[in-house]
Amino acid sequence: MDFSQQIAQYIVTGLTIGAIYAIVAMGFNIIHNATGIVNFAQCEFISLGGMFMYSLVVLFKVNPMISFFISMAGVAIIGALIEIGPIRHARSKEIIVLIFLTIGLSEVLRGTAQEVWGTDNVGVPAFSGENPIHLLGGGTIVPQHIWVFAITVLVMLMLHYFFKKTLMGKAMRATSVNRRAAALVGISVNRIILFSFAFSGALGAVAGIIIAPISTTSYDTGIMLGLKGFAAAILGGYGNFAGAILGGVILGLLESLGAGLISSQYKDAIAFFVLLLVLFLKPAGIMGYGEAERV
Amino acid sequence: MLKIDGISSHYSGVQALDEIFLALAEGEILALVGGNGAGKTTLLNLISGIIRPSRGKIVFKGKNIVSFSPEKIVELGIIQVPEGRHLFGPLTVRENLELGAYRRRGKRNKKKISEDFKYILQLFPVLEKRLNQRAETLSGGEQQMLAIGRGLMGKPVLLLLDEPSLGLAPLVVQEIISVIERLRKEGTTILLVEQNARAALRISDRAYVLKTGKIQLQGKASDLLEDEEVKRAYLGQDS
Ligand SMILES: Nc1ncnc2c1ncn2[C@@H]1O[C@H](COP(=O)(O)OP(=O)(O)OP(=O)(O)O)[C@@H](O)[C@H]1O
Ligand SMILES: [Mg+2]
Repeated sequence: MDFSQQIAQYIVTGLTIGAIYAIVAMGFNIIHNATGIVNFAQCEFISLGGMFMYSLVVLFKVNPMISFFISMAGVAIIGALIEIGPIRHARSKEIIVLIFLTIGLSEVLRGTAQEVWGTDNVGVPAFSGENPIHLLGGGTIVPQHIWVFAITVLVMLMLHYFFKKTLMGKAMRATSVNRRAAALVGISVNRIILFSFAFSGALGAVAGIIIAPISTTSYDTGIMLGLKGFAAAILGGYGNFAGAILGGVILGLLESLGAGLISSQYKDAIAFFVLLLVLFLKPAGIMGYGEAERV
Repeated sequence: MLKIDGISSHYSGVQALDEIFLALAEGEILALVGGNGAGKTTLLNLISGIIRPSRGKIVFKGKNIVSFSPEKIVELGIIQVPEGRHLFGPLTVRENLELGAYRRRGKRNKKKISEDFKYILQLFPVLEKRLNQRAETLSGGEQQMLAIGRGLMGKPVLLLLDEPSLGLAPLVVQEIISVIERLRKEGTTILLVEQNARAALRISDRAYVLKTGKIQLQGKASDLLEDEEVKRAYLGQDS
């Protein structure tokens, strides 16, 4: 393989992982915009998505397509339950207290997952086989990467449509801008928050499901992916949706190129170093412009 | 239609309203006048369920709504146009209006909502050119019109207007007042809060004067316009 082919390979890998970060970042953003909190249980949504998929497809031999949707729905329900129970009934509504609460919930979910599935990394079959496809110019790409791209693009388009065209999406944006005004037009802020948790659960699950055939999955795969997704969200401008995509892609590319060209030892360090640098130069993130709308 | 029955309210222990009694009949414009900090906004927020009273009842069409959530109160058709407008700034003018009709969501109302949309653009023609602009880019007067328009999109049974003329140029104030008069002719019941007492009293049927959390005076708006005390305290010397 010559150098340019190698670079192309790194870029494909970087974009794939970047797409995952972008979806995870969206999940963080949706809950943030509804509630003002950072939901660290987002990490567990990713692991659970992967593990549900594994159980259904591998253990119970359910059709992958059906498994995909069941896993998504399952994690969405867990997201909703987290909100209906502990988050909604927390005595304190202080943001910082609620954030710690999500860290606690994250621990509980991970512990439970460990009890259920153990600590082994398990594989999930690729959606359409493993045979690499040859690209123009000589590089190759495994089909699962294409699935990741296609599903990510589809998710982003659906999110865009949802937030720009549907009344529910507009109500969610309205609530994030001004809660009191939202209540005064009859929007149930509680219902929006509930929906945000379910929605983020589904998004986290999608990320966990589509990456599982590439990198295997386990009860705690979501931690690193979740933290990187969180970093992508900050990089792009926390709460900003275009920023989440940009942040995800930048982070994914840097990581992959850094690992390939410098050393895979520094993979994570490179990503976080760039994050620190951007925050130092532009604390609001790349797309952050203070009070402007984030969707 | 609406009865405020012995409402008291506190902000962390400090009393803002002290045993308010107030009644509003269907089709009426009732003005609530009073100086800064009298408790006018507090009363509207109590009616809208944004804050809870420490004592008393709020009865709307025979039902005590005092413990209802804000969205449930909006569902009953009690719609507040808040002081300071509280628009959805980064959303477009069109989106703000659409969200005003949130309580009527669902297929059945689609046609009616689009008729009301046209009606509001006819009330406030300046908004038409601005439909795809972000609400926060509008001038103060335009923002107030949008706030009222958003309120009207909810088809209010009872409209609560909190200082709609605050900080606006006289011509814009005139425009807003004529819209309120038009709404009255069409039968909307309105509770109008104003510091601009003269304008408010001129277009209202009855009025209450609120001072430091207590009802000081009440009566027919035309009588209050002639009342010596009201003239001195709220209408300035030039009346
Ligand atoms: N959120 C709040 N927290 C504490 N005190 C408040 C709060 N809102 C209002 N108050 C106090 O309650 C009293 C009544 O205020 P309110 O806003 O109802 O008056 P207002 O008649 O609407 O005045 P204005 O004409 O200035 O709008 C004032 O003394 C005010 O300082
Ligand atoms: Mg006020």
